[in-house]
Amino acid sequence: MPGNVPITHYLFLSTALFTLGVIGVLARRNIVIILMSIELILNAVNINLVAFSRHLASVSGQAFAVFIIADAAAEAAVGLGIIIAMFRNRGTIQADELDLLKW
Amino acid sequence: MDKVLFLIFAGIAVGAAANLLRSRHPIHSALSLIGVMGALAVLYLLLGAEFIAAVQVIVYAGAIMVLFVFTIMLLNAGAEVPTSGSMLARYLGIPLLALLLLQLVRLLLGQYPPDQASSFGTFVGPTEKIGRLLFTQYLLPFEVTSVLILVAVMGAVVLAGRKP
Repeated sequence: MPGNVPITHYLFLSTALFTLGVIGVLARRNIVIILMSIELILNAVNINLVAFSRHLASVSGQAFAVFIIADAAAEAAVGLGIIIAMFRNRGTIQADELDLLKW
Repeated sequence: MDKVLFLIFAGIAVGAAANLLRSRHPIHSALSLIGVMGALAVLYLLLGAEFIAAVQVIVYAGAIMVLFVFTIMLLNAGAEVPTSGSMLARYLGIPLLALLLLQLVRLLLGQYPPDQASSFGTFVGPTEKIGRLLFTQYLLPFEVTSVLILVAVMGAVVLAGRKP
């Protein structure tokens, strides 16, 4: 059963997820949710890579998707570590209450 | 058939992503994110990327989301109190965001006109090929990624570890 979904469909899905992730980063105040939105953006990148891997009949895109997933795991580990340290020092995880550098 | 499956799971992914942004409690957002990951894993299967689909479920929906849920539990984060949203954000942000989305769609349509829709062949990315590629052509990035993960592990332990 050969797939017959045009690549534009995958690109539109990726665009939609990317835009939703950007909204999350900009609009939410809970840092954990901001980090989740970043994961959403990375997933949008992965859809593009895998769709183009199929489109161009080359496995390189999937190899890059593996790298992106590894980076996402590293980013989540460090990001959540920073959040825990921040919570321990400041007692809050709301982005707008972390205004130490604000003049 | 493929198109129907694509539409169903793309709809689930976008709906769950919207729910991630909408829900006030972080744990609901985490569950929505797991929904996005699961739907995307099915889409990867549709694209013939079996290895990526498996990694998506194991690493993303498994490891990373467990980390998120543990952190939410550890911080005991309650529901987020909505602010009285600024006027600027409402009347400038939404049009600008719509503009961004439209520009992206226009750019994509310019690059790939829909009438020239490429039908996918029977190409599948076998796991063996990906592994071979990772250890030949992308050997250096692969090793650098392993160093990155080592640094990330040490950084996470130093940052989150108990202070003496």
